[in-house]
Amino acid sequence: MTPAAHNGSGAPRLHIENVYKRYGERTVLDNIDLVVSKGELCIVVGPSGCGKSTLLRIVVGQEQASAGDVLIDGAPVALPDASRGIVYQKYSLYPHLTALENVLLGKMLEYPFHRRRAALAAHRDEAMELLKRARIAEHAGKYPHELSGGMQQRVAIAQTLIKRPRIVLMDEPFGALDAGVREDMQVLLLELWEAFGMTVFFVTHDLEEAVYLGTRVLVLSQYYTDDRGAAAGAARGAKIVADHALPRRAMPTVAKSSPAFHELVRQIRHEGFDPSYLRHVREFNLEHPDAFQTLTPEEDSRAAAHPSS
Amino acid sequence: MQLPRFFGVHASPSPRMRWALALAPFVILVAVYLVASHLRLAENPEDKILPSVGQMADAVERLAFAPDQRSGEYVMLRDTLSSLKRLALGIGLAAVVGLLLGMNMALFPGMGITLIAVVTFISIIPPLAILPIIFISFGVDELAKVMLIFLGTFPLITRDIYGTVKAMPQEQLTKALTLGAGELQLVYRIVLPQVMPRLIETIRLSLGGGWLFLIAAEAIASTDGLGYRIFLVRRYLAMDVIIPYVLWITFLGFAMDWSLRRILQRCYRWYQA
Repeated sequence: MTPAAHNGSGAPRLHIENVYKRYGERTVLDNIDLVVSKGELCIVVGPSGCGKSTLLRIVVGQEQASAGDVLIDGAPVALPDASRGIVYQKYSLYPHLTALENVLLGKMLEYPFHRRRAALAAHRDEAMELLKRARIAEHAGKYPHELSGGMQQRVAIAQTLIKRPRIVLMDEPFGALDAGVREDMQVLLLELWEAFGMTVFFVTHDLEEAVYLGTRVLVLSQYYTDDRGAAAGAARGAKIVADHALPRRAMPTVAKSSPAFHELVRQIRHEGFDPSYLRHVREFNLEHPDAFQTLTPEEDSRAAAHPSS
Repeated sequence: MQLPRFFGVHASPSPRMRWALALAPFVILVAVYLVASHLRLAENPEDKILPSVGQMADAVERLAFAPDQRSGEYVMLRDTLSSLKRLALGIGLAAVVGLLLGMNMALFPGMGITLIAVVTFISIIPPLAILPIIFISFGVDELAKVMLIFLGTFPLITRDIYGTVKAMPQEQLTKALTLGAGELQLVYRIVLPQVMPRLIETIRLSLGGGWLFLIAAEAIASTDGLGYRIFLVRRYLAMDVIIPYVLWITFLGFAMDWSLRRILQRCYRWYQA
């Protein structure tokens, strides 16, 4: 593993500290701390309803945290802007634009409307190149409704990449695709990730996908204990209960059948998805070098004695 | 298996039969009229209620293809142009205002919260009930007629566009912001092109109301127009003029609807899916 970037070259790409999300009495995200380094392909998994998509929407700015900070390269962000790109499971593409126009959109918006021809001339090749990279160039002139789900997601990734966002957020992007197409898309994502040096923050409920793709797998779960006791109830939300560093290499898809692969999937399922397996906040499996955790005195009554960094 | 030709939910008429079925009600209507007209005229050749085709043709010849003796104008042409101008101004204004209001109200909560209640309120007022107020405030000239059409159609266009934009997935808007769009770009470069086909659909539906308000306004205070002519000749029971005029209005309405549908098919291929 490379050492954590924030120890060396300035601020980390994404820094989240003490982030809470509450809906009335109910806490969904409970004191989330997270640092993601440049170039990481960071996957978030967790049981359904644990708030992993909420966390992603807070990072992109579609929702606002109830408390806490989100920083990109050290600068606080709140509302959506071009520093963060996003690929959704659906609705990423605009139905009135062709595949090429969808990819060009990010560049076209940099020009006033009356100069759109100049914009088209200046960026058409770049957009076509991205479509080629995503292996969808032959469908450049088609509208989204004429493309299959997998093809749409290829275009959506190209559409996001043209702005060179500092971090690409992906919300279950392959969740609606059937198995074969999903595997193709995973291979494509790894290719593009290497080619463009992307930093990716990827939410999925598919553990095989997480372990196959990720250089880092975060487990977000509401199944844990802390010193607040059982009385906390709905006031206790999901935390990052495990943080795995994975070897940074693009694996052939056959790796999915290796014993080590299955062992890790099994371990993650146990850590995050088993309601009867409750670890204490002090004992979370935060093995990734970037992992950190700031606990309140209520969560960890011993914190006052030896405060965490 | 052989599906039934006409009866039951599985009926599957042949193409020729579809045409025959669609035309049948028209043929019956015309036939009933012709017979009734013939019987009445046989009894009393002066009868004006159900004129013969020849009498209607004479009236059309007089109004459409011969200049008026006093003004030297072609009456039906002048009526048509006056009415179409009023309708186009009223509906056009309503479309522009409805589009801008609807989009901005849906995208900017401050504007939406401020205006949605009052627009809904206005949309419920029966426009014909405030016709006197319109004539008093805007005079009895062109402006009042255009305003009646405008007031009668813009609230529904606004509400329809508002609903359409509100129903757009939040993801699309967030996505545009992450692609660098500013707030005005979001309105006019992301949302506007997407609601244009919906606007055309809404205009198609609003044209019915538009014609109603046009003819009502012309019937009450006007010196020309299709509605004016119908209500003018009503005094002489001139059914030989009224019936061709009604058919002409119906044809104009149909032609507008058809043209808008063609524009939708031609320019908004993506919208059909």
